[in-house]
Amino acid sequence: MAAKDLEKVPMLGQRSQSLRRRHLTSAVFKAACISLTMGAVTVLGLLIYQVAADGLPWLDMQFLSSFPSRFAEKAGVKSALYGTLWIVSITALISLPVGVLAAIYLEDYAPPSRLTRIIEINIANLAGVPSIVYGILGLAIFVRFMGLERSVLAGAMTMSLLILPVIIISSKEAIRAVPSSIRLAAFAVGATHWQVVRAHVLPAALPGILTGVILALSRAIGETAPLIMIGALTYVAFIPEGPMDEFTALPIQIFNWTSRPQAEFHELAAAGIIVLLVVLLSMNALAVLIRYQGTRK
Amino acid sequence: MKNNEPPLLEARGVTISYSGNPAVKDVSLSIYEKKITAIIGPSGCGKSTLLRSLNRMNDFIDNVTQEGQILYRDSDLYGANVDPVEVRLRIGMVFQRPNPFPKSIFKNVAWGPTINRLGGDINVRVERALKQAALWNEVKDRLDDSALNLSGGQQQRLCIARALAMEPEVILMDEPCSALDPVSTARIEDLMFELKQNYTIVIVTHNMQQASRVSDYTAFLESGKLIEYGDTDEVFTRPKQKRTEDYVTGRFG
Repeated sequence: MAAKDLEKVPMLGQRSQSLRRRHLTSAVFKAACISLTMGAVTVLGLLIYQVAADGLPWLDMQFLSSFPSRFAEKAGVKSALYGTLWIVSITALISLPVGVLAAIYLEDYAPPSRLTRIIEINIANLAGVPSIVYGILGLAIFVRFMGLERSVLAGAMTMSLLILPVIIISSKEAIRAVPSSIRLAAFAVGATHWQVVRAHVLPAALPGILTGVILALSRAIGETAPLIMIGALTYVAFIPEGPMDEFTALPIQIFNWTSRPQAEFHELAAAGIIVLLVVLLSMNALAVLIRYQGTRK
Repeated sequence: MKNNEPPLLEARGVTISYSGNPAVKDVSLSIYEKKITAIIGPSGCGKSTLLRSLNRMNDFIDNVTQEGQILYRDSDLYGANVDPVEVRLRIGMVFQRPNPFPKSIFKNVAWGPTINRLGGDINVRVERALKQAALWNEVKDRLDDSALNLSGGQQQRLCIARALAMEPEVILMDEPCSALDPVSTARIEDLMFELKQNYTIVIVTHNMQQASRVSDYTAFLESGKLIEYGDTDEVFTRPKQKRTEDYVTGRFG
């Protein structure tokens, strides 16, 4: 810069008009982000407060270890809690291997053909299908056609259908994020495709895959519509002892209680929601733990 | 060229195309045992593509077609009964950017020999490879540390050790020093002289000085065509082609 031009340049510390405006825009944007986040968190906090205020007085061992009852003070979530745990466990057993293997196939093995693209697009579409539709499908195929009746297995298979697209999509993303340089390096020392996938792609993608699986299972825990569709019961005075037993689940029990006229049952529903939240958060905590163990090695 | 030995690797009329666009055009060249062969040329001339065809790494790129033959000890690398895994066992590769596995230093070197059941004491093998790659003294006390904690130059030497642990016959190097500083580059060049005793090396490089310093033979590629191939001294001091002369002396076009 020539010496005479220097006189036109403002001294440091004298911000120009446009710079001030840019900083102002920046500050406004930051304030907007903070207030919107706080708004969302406040609503969530109020909800949790409301639920806790209503439900906590009812939450005791008696509530956890009793079956549903016509009398609010004797009613509990035992059958619903066990039903939910059964459903989630079997859903995980079905959807985790199927979903992850499908994702590996689509990302690592499938030829880049038109058919592969059509499959991928349709999986993405399936993720957006309303859950009641899966309920109808489960009713037609699992309950009626395969004759599984109103069993835990039929419920878990329906839930698996519901969450498989989510698991496949998130696992695909996680697998795709593994750098290709790692794959090539493994191939270059004479590894077979399976050895590359087993030793490098899967371990690197595992945290992402687990996150997707847990999010999907959390969705399965909260779903009510498909279970009602396939005929999960609302009054169950026993706990399922095998995958072919009838069952109920927490959201169904909660729904049932909220639709009763007595105020006590509404408070019971709040207590049920707390139990559901605890189950959900423990699952998330487990996932975080597994991720942490996985990344430390 | 005054080499009367039979070549270890030989490309015969090799044309490689991406979706029908040829990147390497009708290239024939011979690579000799225990020599360093440099492939030079401007960016996008097909050097790396040609190099990757020598251990079938182009198999992983979609829409690649290849014509011509590549012979390894007189057998076709792309023959119907040849398993590409077997090819890469004998012809190793070091990539442009250091790409260690996100695992421990030890596992980086030990993984290849382990999955291929090369036998022998794995600790001895890892130590030997790290010593050959001139990395042993820097890492011998922390073999269980993550390879990602090493500096760029150390990572690249680790990648060389990883290739050496397989005891291949040929090592292909795709611009192995392009991401490294001059000190690390010098170390890797020294290393190549050492390795020449036991290994055949093919190196792609953008760096003229590097090609002239380390290699015995130099191939000059331009727009996918092999313009000149011969003794490095001759290619750099008495090139037969005007274009080679322009390129190696820095007068382009």
